[in-house]
Amino acid sequence: MRIGIDIGSTTVKVVLLNDQDEVIFRTYERHMSKVREKTAEMLEQLNSKLSGSKVQVAVTGSAGLGVAKAADLEFVQEVFATAGAVERFYPFTDVVVELGGEDAKIIFFTGGLEERMNGSCAGGTGAFIDQMATLLNVTPEELNILSERYEKLYSIASRCGVFAKTDIQPLLNQGARKEDIAASIFQAVVNQTISGLAQGREIKGNVLFLGGPLFFFSGLRKRFMETLKLNSEQAVFPDNADVFVAVGAAVYSGNTEPMEFDDVLRKIQSASTQKNTTNTLPPLFKSKEEYQAFTSRHNAYCPPMIDADAYHGDAYLGIDAGSTTTKLVLITPDGGMLYTYYASNGGNPVAVVLEQLKEIYSRFGDRIIIKGSAATGYGEDLIKNAFNIDFGLVETVAHYDAAAHFNPQVDFIIDIGGQDMKCFKIRNGAIDSILLNEACSSGCGSFIETFAKALDYSIADFAKIGLFAEKPVDLGSRCTVFMNSSVKQAQKEGAGVDDISAGLSISIVKNAIYKVIRASSPSELGQHIVVQGGTFLNDAVLRSFELELGAEVIRPTIAGIMGAYGAALAARSLQLEKSSILSMDELEAFKHNTKSSQCGLCGNNCHLTINTFGVGRRYISGNRCERPLGKGKNTGLPNLIKWKYDYLRSLEGGENHRGRIGLPMALNLFENLPFWYTFFTKLGFEIVLSPESSRSLYSCGQHTIPSDTVCYPAKLIHGHIEKLLEMDVDAIFYPCLPYNFDEGKGDNHYNCPVVAYYPELLDANVSGLKKVRYLNPYFGMHRPRDFAKKAAAYFNEIFGIPAAETKAASKAAYNAYNAYNAYLRMLHEKGERMIEEARENGNQIIVLAGRPYHADPEINHGIDSLISSFGLVVVSEDAVAYRQPRRPVNVLNQWTYHSRLYSAADYVTTQPDMQLVQLVSFGCGIDAITTDEVRTILEEGNKLYTQLKIDEINNLGAVRIRIRSLLAAIEARGEVK
Amino acid sequence: MAELVYTKQGRLLFTEEMKQEYTLLMPQMLPVHFVMLKHIFELHGYKIDMLTTNHRGIVDEGLKYVHNDTCYPALLVIGQLIDAVKSGKYDPHKLGLLITQTGGGCRASNYIHLLRKALHRAGYDYIPVVSVNLSGLEKNPGFSLNFKKIRQMAYSMIYGDLIVLMANQCRPYEIIEGETDRRIEKWVKRLTDEFKGKGSFKSAHIRENFNLIVDDFASIPLNRVPKVRVGIVGEIYIKYAPLGNNNLEEFLRSEDCEPVVPGLTDFIIFKCDNRVEDHKLYGGKLATYVGAGFLERYIKRLQADMIAAVRRYPEFRAPCTFDHLKKLAGEYLGYGNKMGEGWLLTGEMLELIDSGINNIVCTQPFGCLPNHVVGKGMIRKIKDNLPQANIVTIDYDPGATQINQENRIKLMLANAKMAERGLRHNLKRSTDAPQSKDVVSADN
Repeated sequence: MRIGIDIGSTTVKVVLLNDQDEVIFRTYERHMSKVREKTAEMLEQLNSKLSGSKVQVAVTGSAGLGVAKAADLEFVQEVFATAGAVERFYPFTDVVVELGGEDAKIIFFTGGLEERMNGSCAGGTGAFIDQMATLLNVTPEELNILSERYEKLYSIASRCGVFAKTDIQPLLNQGARKEDIAASIFQAVVNQTISGLAQGREIKGNVLFLGGPLFFFSGLRKRFMETLKLNSEQAVFPDNADVFVAVGAAVYSGNTEPMEFDDVLRKIQSASTQKNTTNTLPPLFKSKEEYQAFTSRHNAYCPPMIDADAYHGDAYLGIDAGSTTTKLVLITPDGGMLYTYYASNGGNPVAVVLEQLKEIYSRFGDRIIIKGSAATGYGEDLIKNAFNIDFGLVETVAHYDAAAHFNPQVDFIIDIGGQDMKCFKIRNGAIDSILLNEACSSGCGSFIETFAKALDYSIADFAKIGLFAEKPVDLGSRCTVFMNSSVKQAQKEGAGVDDISAGLSISIVKNAIYKVIRASSPSELGQHIVVQGGTFLNDAVLRSFELELGAEVIRPTIAGIMGAYGAALAARSLQLEKSSILSMDELEAFKHNTKSSQCGLCGNNCHLTINTFGVGRRYISGNRCERPLGKGKNTGLPNLIKWKYDYLRSLEGGENHRGRIGLPMALNLFENLPFWYTFFTKLGFEIVLSPESSRSLYSCGQHTIPSDTVCYPAKLIHGHIEKLLEMDVDAIFYPCLPYNFDEGKGDNHYNCPVVAYYPELLDANVSGLKKVRYLNPYFGMHRPRDFAKKAAAYFNEIFGIPAAETKAASKAAYNAYNAYNAYLRMLHEKGERMIEEARENGNQIIVLAGRPYHADPEINHGIDSLISSFGLVVVSEDAVAYRQPRRPVNVLNQWTYHSRLYSAADYVTTQPDMQLVQLVSFGCGIDAITTDEVRTILEEGNKLYTQLKIDEINNLGAVRIRIRSLLAAIEARGEVK
Repeated sequence: MAELVYTKQGRLLFTEEMKQEYTLLMPQMLPVHFVMLKHIFELHGYKIDMLTTNHRGIVDEGLKYVHNDTCYPALLVIGQLIDAVKSGKYDPHKLGLLITQTGGGCRASNYIHLLRKALHRAGYDYIPVVSVNLSGLEKNPGFSLNFKKIRQMAYSMIYGDLIVLMANQCRPYEIIEGETDRRIEKWVKRLTDEFKGKGSFKSAHIRENFNLIVDDFASIPLNRVPKVRVGIVGEIYIKYAPLGNNNLEEFLRSEDCEPVVPGLTDFIIFKCDNRVEDHKLYGGKLATYVGAGFLERYIKRLQADMIAAVRRYPEFRAPCTFDHLKKLAGEYLGYGNKMGEGWLLTGEMLELIDSGINNIVCTQPFGCLPNHVVGKGMIRKIKDNLPQANIVTIDYDPGATQINQENRIKLMLANAKMAERGLRHNLKRSTDAPQSKDVVSADN
């Protein structure tokens, strides 16, 4: 008899194999972080069968190593175990795809055995699906059922749960169908497997699918088969898919020494009582008394008490349609609470608000007159349109209004909600700097909630048990995915749920302070700190926050509904006679339908969600600009980003004397396009540009991306190359350029390593390039005379251009140089005209600062159009940077593109009607340096700093908040006339 | 108390007076080499302390004062320095910090600026930061690198390489525990003491030293049980520093492996070679070309001597020449690829495989920019060309847990052990002509 034990991140699997390799016993259970106890418990079930006999045992799984060591049993690496079982049972397998709780693996058998496991980024796993199901407020099984009835797929970022959430949330708030989202979630898992794991190797042939998620979710299996184009013979889903790795361990155990089963059981049982945790932190509270003093201090901050049942008079309604929750507040003119509501929106905020409004009408009837109503939060527009709300305000302003109600001197607000975190400083009565968690929601509430659920606790209970934990686990401070493995490690070392709960609270706080706020001391935040948001209702989090800061803060009793409270206060200041909000009768007749469609009015092709609410009212979301709203007009404001892109795209064609040269329109070829266009057309080549970037272009090159953490602009090139390969070109040209042009603005003029060397990476990873002439020479464009010589020699060698004609290449190079400068001159002039025009019309100007390739609409996700839709004129950093002399900076200023950022920021500080918004690609290591410096330059010049982090995700909701907050702050600062 | 003197640009200087009163703190990167560096600085009259601290508090300090998305080595080095400043072990008013400064298009060249920013935020503006560089950046009156010091440093790097090369091949097999480390200590002291006297730069003397070092290590009694050899390549700090790679070498030894860590000499030659190649690619000052070329040839000669010393003992693995590395890498990358570790990193992987070490851990900080190309970006091609390659890439960052990293390394080791046992033969199969049992599974 052989026993295989597979202890994963969330489950334990035990199988018993007889001598005929048949599985005669199997269990699959969640271990709820009690790894050793659970394993012992499951083995006990075998006691009657095996007591007194000899067995062979092997342990595997990510959390199995600790158990194996403690119990002195044989450990086998899980991929290795899987490979063994595959060879035994499914020898014709080409590829194994195995998804587990937090692990994902691919094993390639054909053409060189190779295993791939998910690295630090663990998107696309079972935990991801669980998390998404929680977000939709369904069980994972229900999610699967929903997915069967999908009609369309949305693109949802797959790398990490955080991004996926930010993609899904707006969809939910906009009323997209859950069925479609469910299927899209599975598709995201598939995409992650292909791009994150396969990394350049194609998944084809006979594919064996293993692991719990693939075993349980038919919808996921379907998405895999369709995406990989597998027929039912090629895609194999074994009966034991969920315990297959345990079977592998059992197979492997055949190598081990047989032992008495009773010994094995005893060893595991005694291992289960051991407890040692390495990194621990001091407890949150030393005593109950300390806790009581703490709660009574905070409870002192509460709104006036009102007898709601007896109240007659005016009332004001505030609604905060947040990302995961909906909050409603009804207040009296003096701010007393008549009615509050706080609950998860279950993915449908409209339904929640409808129900609550009915409840308010029926409870208060004629006793109150609603004199004003306001909505805020992610779903602001939707709710406002659905119910005829009087006023909408951006959530940052709502939170400030509410905080100021409790402490007018407030100078720092931190709001931690379900999955977004907002911090802002207040200076002179206006929001001064806003920090949002752009790329990471590990410091947010839904993160704890997910853990609580995974460990089978309600969020309230989970928080409570952490309060008096003796040894909170030190879980560090980074993204959720990493945290998962930290928790795994703690579990492995035997930490209790209480220690984990407290540890999670502490990490949330550390994330907030060190990752989002990036403060090094509490005095940096402010003197009067107000904390709010549902997450701070968790006393463990609040306590951790105060301990970490070493200072006391204010948490109003209504911390969870401050946004709604602020909205109600804003409704009060409208001083209306009566609110236009729907009456009870109108609510009775209320209907809500959603429909999705695609806008075809411009190249962005936005996915629109059209909400209709009966009686001719409708609300369209998903749009980047105003055009599909039927207003019939683009704002028509100048937008230099768009001009730049359109101009560069026009540089193709030319007469074909020597052949067709394909240029991928990406990274270093973006801005240099005018140069190469002239160069090659003068040489008699026809220029073929790769098509415009799009999501589908991205996916067609996805399988050749070797490093998943590289920036999106780099990842996109793989798609450009694949497309170029289909375009019948004679050669693809993409040069390596470690040096950029020297614009005299820095100590050196490098390109970043990715921009410099990516052509070589493509050469090594895109197999299609072997079929074409792929030219990726090194050139130094910064030295015109040398370039002319080197290029002449190179193209002579490559195309056999005779010596006489080599001179033409050299001349063309000079012409190209002129063309490059001409392009910049043109850009500068164009920018100048736009700025003049803006000033004539009194428009504010936004300098959208990034890299030249951020002009690509698939990279910037139409942020330029969005900004433009707020009545702002958009120009790019290169249109103003040249106006400012070089400035000393506190960092090594040695990259051409990045030097422009400093000069542009410096210039903006001299212009009263200009603001700078920095676009940062996620994964850009160099921007970790530039962002801090640009912020410093702007703040020293008394300007606001706004940063937008962009990735493959397409989440304009967060961008909208930032832009509106920026506008509100500009307004409060009195900069708008 | 030394007076605080600033440059016109406002940079705090390390003065002559400070040299007398202050203790300089230096981070550790290579445990053996850097001890030698420390000794050299001491010979020249500096009070210096090398930090070998390794605890969670370092990461926390780093997270506090350095942008979290900055590369992990910067976060660690700065965290370690600030942690030491705050430790109470030193008088912060009598401290200076040493940090290396390189040029180059990698963001790592920003360390010194990030360190100053961090000191400012932590309230230690009065602590001078001393740049150690060979490019004449940021001069300080109390700290200079003259030709003699530079030569001593260069030799100690090469000596260090040889010592580590031999030690790594002895330690896993030593019969008397600790014998290897004792000899390291002996040589580190002896070689740096030599620098006090005259004649330590004579090439005959150096050759003799090379031979003596090799002889000494070769005389350690060993029990040569077969072990899996694992190469370590990667971003330079993470590759070498135990703090950066969670004691990777020690972990490998505990897994019954012999770690093989390519040395620093190639990196030094690589940096010279970059200037030569840059000239070939883009033109530029002839003097740089000639100067760098001269230096390159000089170090290459030393390297050749070192190799010859090892080759006298066939049971020991001698490193290959830089030229051989370069030739191997040339099949994969252009020689203009020089940011970070550039083509050298790919070359090291190729050389390891070429010399029979198929198992490689490729280390990098999470999101390391050059390694997207020269590390992760080349592995596919390497495996296509050399199917025996067994490479695992490991990312290091403040949040990555050791268990994940070790788990991935273990997988690589499981493969390695399987390959060593010869159980994986004839792996090439095709779906249309399936053969039943050509891959033997690990059971029975």
